[in-house]
Amino acid sequence: MGMTLAEKIIARAGGRDVVRPDDVLWVEVDVAMTHDSSGPRRFWPSLRELGVGVWNPEKLVIVADHYVPAADVGSARILQTTREFVKEYGITRFHEAEGISHTLMVEKAYVRPGMLYVGGDSHSLTAGVLGCLAIGVGSTDMLGIVATGRTWLRVPKTIRVLIDGGLPTGVTAKDLILTIIGEQGMDGGLYRVLEFGGEAIAGMDIEERSVLTNMCAEIGAKSGIVPADATTVAYLADRDIDVPTGPVSDQDAVFETTWGYDASAVVPVVARPHKHDDVVAAADAGEAPLSRAYIGACTGAKYGDLAMAAEVLAGRKVAPGVLLQVAPASRAALRQAMESGVAQILMDAGAHILSTGCGACPGIGTGVLGPGEVCISTTSRNARGRMGSPDSEVWLGSPYSVAAAAVAGHVVDPREMLAVPV
Amino acid sequence: MTIIEGKVWKFGDNVDTDVIVPGKYLIGDIDEIAEHVMEGIRPGFAELVNKGDVLVGGKNFGTGSSREVAPRAIQAAGVSAIVAESFARIFFRNCINVGFVPLECPTAGEIEEGQHLHIDTVAGEITVIETGISHHALKLPTEIGEILEAGGLEPLLKLRIGGRT
Repeated sequence: MGMTLAEKIIARAGGRDVVRPDDVLWVEVDVAMTHDSSGPRRFWPSLRELGVGVWNPEKLVIVADHYVPAADVGSARILQTTREFVKEYGITRFHEAEGISHTLMVEKAYVRPGMLYVGGDSHSLTAGVLGCLAIGVGSTDMLGIVATGRTWLRVPKTIRVLIDGGLPTGVTAKDLILTIIGEQGMDGGLYRVLEFGGEAIAGMDIEERSVLTNMCAEIGAKSGIVPADATTVAYLADRDIDVPTGPVSDQDAVFETTWGYDASAVVPVVARPHKHDDVVAAADAGEAPLSRAYIGACTGAKYGDLAMAAEVLAGRKVAPGVLLQVAPASRAALRQAMESGVAQILMDAGAHILSTGCGACPGIGTGVLGPGEVCISTTSRNARGRMGSPDSEVWLGSPYSVAAAAVAGHVVDPREMLAVPV
Repeated sequence: MTIIEGKVWKFGDNVDTDVIVPGKYLIGDIDEIAEHVMEGIRPGFAELVNKGDVLVGGKNFGTGSSREVAPRAIQAAGVSAIVAESFARIFFRNCINVGFVPLECPTAGEIEEGQHLHIDTVAGEITVIETGISHHALKLPTEIGEILEAGGLEPLLKLRIGGRT
């Protein structure tokens, strides 16, 4: 009996020939990431108490993305602690205000196919787009990894997610993953690994695929993985990294089940306020007036996301009474948007460009919502109070849907503004 | 701790870490955060809860972010145990790592707010004192039991690293 890709990676990291679902074992981590919020400020005192340093400074990536730019003295202190830690332990892969950690792990190719990567944040799953097993953990888990390079894992069952067909024009990976979450529920993939494959995945670029692995967190999964194919190899080659395709699951691997979807049947959808699995067609969302539109986060502010928004916003203006804010997922995304003219289009439409970082998505950075505000956002979560006041409301949608809603002043099917037959 | 007795505070499915500890409080230390615990779903909870009380949740308790302060704040507010039909996986890990037993009990939905529970955490037996009805929590793997016995991951690391040197 063969193993799934996730099982193979865990077996290798645990020094075993074979692992099976529900085995619990200690594994060696190939690369780890921690950020300013859940990172050194939380675990450094304990690390000192243990009397040890960082197990391998070259395998630890640190990103300051939650409290940048510092909006108050408390935030500035958190960033200082992060920098002091980086200096003390000689961490070379440190990035402050350069982008969101999950975006940078992929952009800078800090993970490789077949690696076991553990990040101190729930959206660490994003990096599974490059064919590694990417797992998110909390601060004490990260303390253990930083001190010893090891952690414990329970081997998850793998669900195969096969997406046939191709996404129609105006329909995105965000619409696809929201559709899946809407059907399976926010605990539909609890403790599982989702392994993506099929014609539609083969046709997507790395950024779009990464929306799927990113939002595996919103379906309860331990990880989401896209086995490395020609697109992955080309993406890494652009970064001077030479790898073969794969590894992949064995032919006789045992999947718990297969979820099959037809991408060509997916339509633009939105998640209604407070529950990201309360998903409806954008065309059926009603016309509740919006006060805010937000293009941001690791989920929805990569270059391709900004370009999608620009497709809608070209030659249009944001509706009066709506504030459209754009927080690029990385400086590289902003630079590319400046070079291609996308940034100019967004600004001409009336967008307010914010600094790169996690921003308003976790309700920490700049641009948070006040009571009574209604926002549509390219981010991944909309639990009550997520982006600010518990009396605000957040709709989730694709960059097309957010841009189109910003123009209309309420949720609409964005294909109306893309000259696409609906 | 093997025997716990306390009053039940009942919550529904998919209780998110964003309502357990809203992002705006993450800047503070654990005692400040604990004053606002569950504020997003039940304002004033920190004042209402008494030491030793028990949280009972539905499916996917603790879904959302990796913030470990979510279980820590519940613990710091005086709650002695969390019983839920299922847990979100990072929240589950975080509970174990901070030495707070997560009791995964498929029949937790039958337990009612205000009832009193007698819990044997080792046997995984949860009894409603008012009715005498017992519920069973899923057994944790031995490797996880070791972490809990040490009092959490940090005490276990101390033992292991101390033992090596």
